[in-house]
Amino acid sequence: MVSLNQLIGVCLAYVVLLFVVAFAAERAALRGRWAGLLRSPFVYTLSLSIYCTAWTFYGAVGYAARSGLEYLTIYLGPSLVMIGWWWVLRRLVRIGRSQRVTSVADLISSRYGKSNPLAIVVTLMSVIGVTPYIALQLQSVTLSLSIFAAPNVVASTGVAPDFNAAQAAFWVAAGLAIFTVLFGTRNLNVNERHPGVVMAVAVEAVVKLIALLAVGVFVVWGLAGGMGEVFARIDASEVSTFEVKGDRWFALTAVSAAAFICLPRMFQVMVVENDDERHLQTASWAFPLYLMLISLFVVPIAVVGLDLLPDSANPDLFVLSLPLSQGQNGLAMLAFLGGFSSATSMVIVATLALSTMVSNHIFMPVWLASQREGATQSGDVRTAVILARRFSILIIISLGYLYYRASGGSGALAAIGTISFGGVAQFLPALLGGIFWRGATRSGALAGLAIGFAIWIFTMLLPSFGPGGALSIATFEQGLFGLSWLRPMALFGLSGLDPTVHALMWSLSLNTLTFALVSMFSFPDPMERLQGAQFVNVFDHSTAARTWNASAARSEDLMIMSQRILGAAEARAFFDAQSAAQGSKAGLPEPTPDFVQALERELAASVGAATSHAMVSQIAGGSAVSVKELLAVADESAQMLEYSSQLEAQSLELSRTAAQLRDANDKLTQLSRQKDAFLSQISHELRTPMTSIRSFSEILRDSDNVSVEEKSRYAGIIHSETIRLTRLLDDLLDLSVLENGQVTLNMQQGQLRDVLERAVTSTQTGATRELIIMREPALEGLTIHTDLDRLAQVFINLIANAQKYCAADQPELRISVQTLGSVLQVSFQDNGAGIPEKEQPLIFEKFARVGTGAVSGAGLGLAICREIMARLGGGIAYDASGAGTTFLVQIPIQEGQVAPTLKGMVTNTA
Amino acid sequence: MARGTLFLERTSYRQRRLMDGVRVLPFVGLAFWMLPLLWPSTGQGSEETVSMSGALQYLFGIWIALILAALVLWLNTRARAAETPPTDQS
Repeated sequence: MVSLNQLIGVCLAYVVLLFVVAFAAERAALRGRWAGLLRSPFVYTLSLSIYCTAWTFYGAVGYAARSGLEYLTIYLGPSLVMIGWWWVLRRLVRIGRSQRVTSVADLISSRYGKSNPLAIVVTLMSVIGVTPYIALQLQSVTLSLSIFAAPNVVASTGVAPDFNAAQAAFWVAAGLAIFTVLFGTRNLNVNERHPGVVMAVAVEAVVKLIALLAVGVFVVWGLAGGMGEVFARIDASEVSTFEVKGDRWFALTAVSAAAFICLPRMFQVMVVENDDERHLQTASWAFPLYLMLISLFVVPIAVVGLDLLPDSANPDLFVLSLPLSQGQNGLAMLAFLGGFSSATSMVIVATLALSTMVSNHIFMPVWLASQREGATQSGDVRTAVILARRFSILIIISLGYLYYRASGGSGALAAIGTISFGGVAQFLPALLGGIFWRGATRSGALAGLAIGFAIWIFTMLLPSFGPGGALSIATFEQGLFGLSWLRPMALFGLSGLDPTVHALMWSLSLNTLTFALVSMFSFPDPMERLQGAQFVNVFDHSTAARTWNASAARSEDLMIMSQRILGAAEARAFFDAQSAAQGSKAGLPEPTPDFVQALERELAASVGAATSHAMVSQIAGGSAVSVKELLAVADESAQMLEYSSQLEAQSLELSRTAAQLRDANDKLTQLSRQKDAFLSQISHELRTPMTSIRSFSEILRDSDNVSVEEKSRYAGIIHSETIRLTRLLDDLLDLSVLENGQVTLNMQQGQLRDVLERAVTSTQTGATRELIIMREPALEGLTIHTDLDRLAQVFINLIANAQKYCAADQPELRISVQTLGSVLQVSFQDNGAGIPEKEQPLIFEKFARVGTGAVSGAGLGLAICREIMARLGGGIAYDASGAGTTFLVQIPIQEGQVAPTLKGMVTNTA
Repeated sequence: MARGTLFLERTSYRQRRLMDGVRVLPFVGLAFWMLPLLWPSTGQGSEETVSMSGALQYLFGIWIALILAALVLWLNTRARAAETPPTDQS
């Protein structure tokens, strides 16, 4: 018989061994030794065995004794998950490595836009879901201790007389807390990996497997006498036939598969502690093998135990009580160590995982928020993180202990395990949706988790305390608030189902449905969409999540902050490596976006993605450019672009207006100049005759001795000058009337020939110079409808001009008529020298006189002609291409038609 | 398959088919392990039911077969997986 003290002694020795293993592994990892062992895929596989807790070690046998083969479902699910590693686990591990994920809460929060609220929700749910499980481990250890205290009594009554279970549980809890604090919070920087813990867990995995196999071998070959005998006993026992409920068989397989992925401790060893993706490949066959071996002898032990031990014996302790009852103390001790290993490894890793979540997602954000100066200024963040981690460990183990005390160690182990599985399985939709479906949103994840968790609490957790426990009997029978469709065992009126299946079905299906629906109808923010793309397409690219506008972040600040979190030496090493990567040999690395990105990931490994992001953004200042901010900036610049294009349009308009104004001003100036010129011209024109009139009239008045001949000559001069003045004034008046459009036209029907005849006659009469006029009378017989008098005036002017200015010795004028469509064109061509090209543009202007000829004339004639022809709807032009001086007059044949080409311009058409 | 050539060498082709096997294996296992749901239970008439030991041997037999299949796949894919890191491409 082993005494309790002996047992405790062995136990302590075992714990010391674990400490040594963990310590050695930790040192070796630090020095880069034992890499082959530490990074062995088999150590990885063995560390996965924390899935097999005391619930497996003791509880599976109890489960089999009660419900036959159903216990197998708990191992079939994970086996399938491991065999199908290619589907989900590989993706999880890759994401975990590329995003530096520290926990399942970190992964979910990171996927949905680094949302800390989501991380808090997942953390709290994990704590609620896992605390009973930790309590279960404490209970199993104390229970197994108590059986050594008084085996016979315990076997029959379940209570040991001289054994203080609460005290034992307390010491176990304290021991576990110390171990976890020592090895779980030593290092804060190396990818959140714990080589010491993993190695200890691997050793424990071997111990528990060997222990259970040893008991199994002893039972099968020592007690039952071989496999054949065992099979015979099995078929003869209470659980002789294969009887499993189909719904439970399937539901439990599924939920255990889900829990295998979602359990925080599994996530810790499988994803966070993973060193190499290829380890998954090895584990794909090695871990199912482990599970198969550990569940191999469960049924034989249960059946033989049921046969040999008294009916009152607790089947959960058959693994211990069978060897004890046979006096196999050594084997019993080994079995005890196996159970102890299962319990402790689970508590250590679960606590580690939970404390990471609690400190990263609850303590650190609160602490950071309370630090007004920001991460650079005050306090040692490194110390704070470690303290928070240790504090979290103590809290979680205390919670487990308190739960154990509160529940009084009651309830079958298997039941608690299933409840815990159901709780963490609620993460599955958000987790799988997050890594496979880009459309999954934070709102969807939050809603799904909330619904699933609420249903789990109501239908699974609270009813587990029994009717009248957490839920009143009335609630069980009539439903919550008396609503019959809210009965915890028959939600929505669906009664008759197995309670576990019922709870799992409703919670998981409504969770998934809500998650999918809310995701579909909500819109993710930019960060979520970016992270979603990163997670779902993790194999395509592992690029930066978003960039930092790092120029604003000073390397010194980043260095100070990193030292606080990573520790001085590690921070230095990281910065040196970065600066080497940037190509500079000395000094701090340039704060490029890539560098800040890398630093954030490095920090994320210690304090979680959300916290690390918050800290770096504090230093990179407000200038940490998140996608959100980028979008805001883009919005802003779009607005500015719009505004500036408006401005541009306005300024274009302004410059257009200015150009118009300038034109108008030019015109006005020109007009004013023209007016001035016009006035001075008029004054000049008026003054010349006036001067001679005045002079000659003075002579006539003052001179007495003027001869009659002279008098008559002077009076003649005065007369002719006044006539000239009158004509000038008439012309001016005429021009002004024409220019102002006040002229009234006397439109008549008449022959062109008659008009020309009139003009020629009028000019030939009293002409001082002979002009030979050549006409084509045959072509002139055309009827026109116009102001005949005015037209005649134009013709007279042109003929008179030829008379006056034609420089030929024998002046000739050829008048020809041509019909151009609806326009009649009369050309006046003389045999003179023509008008110099320079002066051609001016001839239709007022007071324009060609050359300096002594011929009198005000220079208004052609200006008047132009105006008249414009009024008549025709035109007049100088034809520069013709020989001599050629004027073209166009007259519309029909009334109101305009000859478009000639408007007092010089033309080359003829 | 987006990148690279459409047709592969014999070895690469073989490896991809082995990875196909890895993908299918869990579903094969699930199908076999859910098979007991179709077995007659004591409640259904006089048909002979499957004995506990028989069920135990069947379930563990499948288990061992799956482990061996996974082991064979691992042995045939690990060498090449080491050369080319696993990607999503089949």
